[in-house]
Amino acid sequence: MPSRKRIWIARDFLKCSGCRKCEIACSLHHEKRIWPEASRIRVFMLVPGAEVPHLCVQCEDYPCVKSCPTGALSTSQKTGAVLVDDEKCTGCGVCIEACPGRIPHLHPTRKTVLICDLCDGRPQCAKVCQQGNWDALETTTRSSWQVYKIHARKPEEITRDLVQNLYGEAGEELI
Amino acid sequence: MRGYAGKFLDIDLSTEKIDKITFEESVLRSSIGGRGLAAKILWDRLGDKWETVDPFAQENVLTVLTGPLTGFFPGARVCVSGKSPQSNGMVGSTVGGEFGVELKCAGYDGIIITGKASKPCYITVFEDQVSVKDASHIWGKDGKKTLKTLTEEGRRELKVSFPDYGELKEPQVLYIGPAGENQTRIAAVMEKWTHAAGYGGYGGVMGSKNLKAIAVKGLGPLPEVENINEVSELISKVDKKCFKAGSFRRWGTGAAGYNTGAKTSSEPVRNWQDEWHDERGFAVDKFEQRLWVKRYWADYGCPTSCLKIAMPKTGEFKGCITDNPDYELQAYLGPNLGIFKPEDTVYLCSLIDDLGFCGIQCGNSLAFAAELYQRGIVTKDDLSGVSLEWGNTKAFGELARKIANREGLGSMFAEGSYRAALKLGKTKGMDLTRYAVAEKGMAIGAHGIRSGRDYPSVMSYACNVQAGDHTSVPSSPTERENSEFDTIRDDSGVFCFFNTFSVDRDLIWDFFNAVTGWQNLRQEWYDTSALRIVQLQRAMLLLGGPDLKWKANADDDNPPRFYEPLPTGPYKGKAVNREAFEEEKREYYEAMGWDTGGLPKPETLRKLGLDNVEAKLRQASIL
Repeated sequence: MPSRKRIWIARDFLKCSGCRKCEIACSLHHEKRIWPEASRIRVFMLVPGAEVPHLCVQCEDYPCVKSCPTGALSTSQKTGAVLVDDEKCTGCGVCIEACPGRIPHLHPTRKTVLICDLCDGRPQCAKVCQQGNWDALETTTRSSWQVYKIHARKPEEITRDLVQNLYGEAGEELI
Repeated sequence: MRGYAGKFLDIDLSTEKIDKITFEESVLRSSIGGRGLAAKILWDRLGDKWETVDPFAQENVLTVLTGPLTGFFPGARVCVSGKSPQSNGMVGSTVGGEFGVELKCAGYDGIIITGKASKPCYITVFEDQVSVKDASHIWGKDGKKTLKTLTEEGRRELKVSFPDYGELKEPQVLYIGPAGENQTRIAAVMEKWTHAAGYGGYGGVMGSKNLKAIAVKGLGPLPEVENINEVSELISKVDKKCFKAGSFRRWGTGAAGYNTGAKTSSEPVRNWQDEWHDERGFAVDKFEQRLWVKRYWADYGCPTSCLKIAMPKTGEFKGCITDNPDYELQAYLGPNLGIFKPEDTVYLCSLIDDLGFCGIQCGNSLAFAAELYQRGIVTKDDLSGVSLEWGNTKAFGELARKIANREGLGSMFAEGSYRAALKLGKTKGMDLTRYAVAEKGMAIGAHGIRSGRDYPSVMSYACNVQAGDHTSVPSSPTERENSEFDTIRDDSGVFCFFNTFSVDRDLIWDFFNAVTGWQNLRQEWYDTSALRIVQLQRAMLLLGGPDLKWKANADDDNPPRFYEPLPTGPYKGKAVNREAFEEEKREYYEAMGWDTGGLPKPETLRKLGLDNVEAKLRQASIL
């Protein structure tokens, strides 16, 4: 049962500077390396200025967990984050297809899937973003009436919207 | 070796031969990377024939190099170099962005490019798959279209090459616009629409090699470092300092667009005929309040985000996108053209970015042309109908296009103001070099030296081995630290020196140690390594050629304009005092181990192990 105090990493893409400190913090925390493609949060820049920090939203119905044929994915009782059992994950990619935002991706060398684990309740990406006062990412309390799955979108889809917002008509030629 | 991927790509475009090469640890330790390593590579490959190498000929070598701190020190950059078509020496020209990080993640510290492709091409480095591809579909395209196409194509190819990974981030791209393709001497190597390795003219060198772009994608981590926990802590320390950079963070360098004119009186106004203006309508708050669509825009790992994104939403320049504009472009494509309207400057910056110009070099050429127009030396007819009055924004846009395409007289201004002055002067029978505000063939940065209130000193441009560069300038020769040796270190590192301003000197060297594990690097740097880089650059600059050669001492001089008194403003009447300048120059020569004529002393070169430099300078009758 989801607890009322579960957290959510709120994202405000228009405030993202594209500094990618979130990627650095994430990969240092999880991999002890600076490793952009092994980061659970990755900043896409399909159009300059419209940088998209892309990470798991913890859908209410967890389509990725349901789709996993080997039982490698589960949810954390504590945080609601999706947890990956590297022993069971075969890197088949079914969860990637199941995610409406194609957010999971494979670790470049381990070839097991990477999904945000909310750093067990203290997300390092949001922390550094807040330290820099960018506020593109913020650790908030998850509300019980809000539908979070709507935020699981592909990088292209989010980019298209941001470009319209930032550049208006001029944006039509940019994407 | 720590901090380095360990491999460099060596690509000959003539034969499409792709090699992977390495350098000895001792070489990397003494030249670090970026600018320092470029000096070493260029000297080794071209030194013995330097004065005969045409920068636009296929024998020129183009280097794109990272350094050990790229991606680790907050604010990643990459350093582009080669024989410069502006100074005929070598310039370390850096550009911010994710390219260098991506390259290291792909397993390479740099790319060395030689030869010339038989037709327009671009290089892709996707992990260990390196290929030279046909670029005929993007040749002639502007910056935004080029980047859009290569981003889409890169994403498509990555999905085919790495089908199991899910969504991979887009590749990072260095590219040129039409100004580079047409081999103007004032073209930049571009990244992310608005980012430019501007000084040096390497956009034209890429063009001369038929190389439109380089796209890179890596899946790996940044290289192993000596102590990752310490690196992580040092990143936080640098961040903490930079987060407090109030004005710089809020307004970027663009705040200087008003301040430098009004306060220090050192901003180019109408081709440097003045350096003072008090146009409040051009102040940064107008840019911020009317035009910024993004307040904080940053490159990889940068805590400062001095970049902003500007775009007019209404009016005739609606939809023109550029960054900030940063101070240099704001000045060179604003007051220096007699333009004091933010929207107009944003339009020109956006256009110049799209065409692939260095904003400083192109703004300098445009203003030089306008001064000739003001004096009746060139006319509307000469310019194929363009009325180049000060403040005529659209006319400057039209001329910029002609320059990029080398159309008519535009081809003359494509040579940069100094060479244009020589060539036009010859046909007109006049000395036009007095209107060219350039140093050794390169436009200078937008920081004047007449008022004495800005940071460059009276010899900062005249004695600079990077010619007109305002970012790495020789300063007080009695100090080793806090001098140009520090900016050479940062450009060899390779990271953004803006993020070092508020940081303790010790911390930067701790950073080098935590990444590379090399002890005593600081001592070696100031005792020999940095000095060796300066001597190599000086030697290449003095060898020069083939079109222009610089005489030591005689050509180590300021643009003539700086000896004319400032006509208005709080420092009215001030000019560079020649005696004071000569005195500073002498001190600098001495500190660098040069004789009173500005020539490197043989013992200086020998002490640094540069005996072959001495031999070459003797063979070329310079020594």
